[in-house]
Amino acid sequence: MASVNRPNKQQNHPLDDLIRKDRIPHIWCPGCGIGTIFASCLTAIKECVATGKNGFDLDKFVMVSGIGCSGRAAGYVKLDSFHTTHGRAIPFATGLKLANRDLNVIVFSGDGDLFAIGGNHFIHAARRNINITVICVNNLNYGMTGGQVAATTPYNAKTTTTPAGNAENPFSLPLLAYASGATYVARWTMLHTRDLTVSINEALSKKGFSFIEVLSPCPVNYGRRNKEKPLETLKLYQEKSIIKNGADPSELDIDMEKGIILGKFVDIDKPTHSEKYDKLYRIE
Amino acid sequence: MTENTTESRVLTGEHFMTGDIACAEGALAAGCRFFGGYPITPATEIAEQISLRLPRVGGTFIQMEDEIAALTSVLGASWAGLKSMTATSGPGFSLMMEAIGLGLCTETPCVIVNVQRAGPSTGLPTQGAQADMMQARWGSHGDYEIIVLAPSSPQEIFYQTITAFNLSETFRLPVIIMTDEIVGHMSEKVIIPEAGKIETVNRLRPKGRKDRFKLFEPDPNGVALMPAAGDGYKIHVTGLTHDEKGYPVMTVEAQAEMMARLTGKIRNNIDRIIQTEELFLDDAEIVFISYGVSSRTCLEAMAMARSKGIRAGFLRLITIWPFPDDQIRALAKRVKALITVEINLGQIHREVKRCAEGKAPAYLVGHPGGTVIPPERVLAMAEEVL
Ligand SMILES: Cc1ncc(C[n+]2csc(CCOP(=O)(O)OP(=O)(O)O)c2C)c(N)n1
Ligand code: SF4
Ligand SMILES: [Mg+2]
Repeated sequence: MASVNRPNKQQNHPLDDLIRKDRIPHIWCPGCGIGTIFASCLTAIKECVATGKNGFDLDKFVMVSGIGCSGRAAGYVKLDSFHTTHGRAIPFATGLKLANRDLNVIVFSGDGDLFAIGGNHFIHAARRNINITVICVNNLNYGMTGGQVAATTPYNAKTTTTPAGNAENPFSLPLLAYASGATYVARWTMLHTRDLTVSINEALSKKGFSFIEVLSPCPVNYGRRNKEKPLETLKLYQEKSIIKNGADPSELDIDMEKGIILGKFVDIDKPTHSEKYDKLYRIE
Repeated sequence: MTENTTESRVLTGEHFMTGDIACAEGALAAGCRFFGGYPITPATEIAEQISLRLPRVGGTFIQMEDEIAALTSVLGASWAGLKSMTATSGPGFSLMMEAIGLGLCTETPCVIVNVQRAGPSTGLPTQGAQADMMQARWGSHGDYEIIVLAPSSPQEIFYQTITAFNLSETFRLPVIIMTDEIVGHMSEKVIIPEAGKIETVNRLRPKGRKDRFKLFEPDPNGVALMPAAGDGYKIHVTGLTHDEKGYPVMTVEAQAEMMARLTGKIRNNIDRIIQTEELFLDDAEIVFISYGVSSRTCLEAMAMARSKGIRAGFLRLITIWPFPDDQIRALAKRVKALITVEINLGQIHREVKRCAEGKAPAYLVGHPGGTVIPPERVLAMAEEVL
């Protein structure tokens, strides 16, 4: 019973003020990467507000999620937060942002949500350069529904709906974002928390459509079926990742043999949807 | 119509305009500031008109990538505090069912217009029908109450669009306007009053202590106050079953409580919501029941019947859902027959029959879609059943 190392329950966590503590415990499994990515996101928001740059105001930060394990983030963050329908976080965020440009809108959701059912919304929001930040937790499968194949599942990987291996090829998310017109594109893993936090901070400060893919273990549904023990996935992230800022977006396929390229791939300036709309439609 | 547009929000004056244009102008007069759309015949003109007019009055128009995105963006804009709307026809209306459910569950005010065309599927894209009436009531999954209006002329579309916004802001839910290709595309005189003479309602926003605020705690009318994103209330809004605070609660009890809130605010305010028009009902032996474009058929049929000595009356439904059960029940007790006239195969007829409960026989003059019903068919039915 001597719980010397157990943290004091009363102790405050530095992110306490950004968490709905009355909704804890959360639903995420032990060994899941979502919580770490969520924490990076909250840290970046805190840093943005602390610097006072860009007129950042905590009251104006909004988080929008779709449906999935990752999509539950909106339910734990103490910001104005919207847990929408499967795949529709981006159009909901588009409405919020166009209706009130003072809002700093973050979409936090899963790979299935953002790139299968919501894939069309993603490419159009990027094309329009809607001034929002999209963070995708890519765990290579549909975690919430028990581990089915996703648009990001590697070729030949086992899922509950690809019992003999995935016959399809996955999207390269940064390539898709780049090709669709995003102004900021990066990829990290949940192990690279410091880089990720810096990257989210940059994305939030960036004017335009920003996208960050974050690789994340789903030991319960993906790892188990693909002979990856929880720690082994993290080891892969450590050993197989190569940080290569500015890498050619066409060379970002996830290939565990060749290595996974991480970094910031796109960081460009161009007018946002609202800027262009005003120019054409709100002539004085 | 587009060359007539001015910078003013309310186009006060006498116009000759289509139902679709009248809808766009009604929305602007009601205070609409966001429109998320997707083109579809015969509703496209609403989006076209509003794409030109909205930015000039400080609003925003966007053509989204599909109707799912269109209505979802409307819900987002509504939570940012703007009166918001979309307009579509059958195929797009089908795609909107998901977001209608989210709007109902999260009590989000907005207006959806369905300019009906004949279905199923792509059907007759350029020809009218009234066959989405049950879809408007039950199209999204789960139980719910919803408000659906069916105007029958461009002038009425103008006013009912304002009413739709007012009801959606009052009761915090998506309100649906069901017009059809015929009324949507017909041009008639539309009188637009001065802005000051138009009654508009805005959702009530909270003012009190932010830490104690409960997002879905009903007021005496059964409707909760609604802050906007960015107001500092740190709200959580979810399509999961939730408690008064807005937090997800996955229990049978929470489901029952939420359903009571969602349905109660409509069921307990039926008298404030339902609008009908009664014509010659006092001495009527037979009553026509209709709505939208088919009302015009009934007016003509009633005149023809009266000239032949048949005491025909007409109950015009302006609100379709919630359904005026009591009114039809009362009618059934004192008339010889009820005839429902609609361009479908008997959707509202079913409801009339249900309410008539065998007290009076209920008949249908229906149509598979594509054109209006000639009044002669209604007259013939009246003569046959009397
Ligand atoms: C319209 C619709 N279809 C299917 C589902 C079931 N569903 C819930 S979550 C999910 C997939 C989520 O996958 P992802 O976005 O990758 O999130 P993860 O759980 O992996 O974080 C699905 C298919 C749903 N909620 N709605
Ligand atoms: S199922 Fe997978 S993604 Fe979902 S919480 Fe568990 S580990 Fe995380
Ligand atoms: Mg996933």
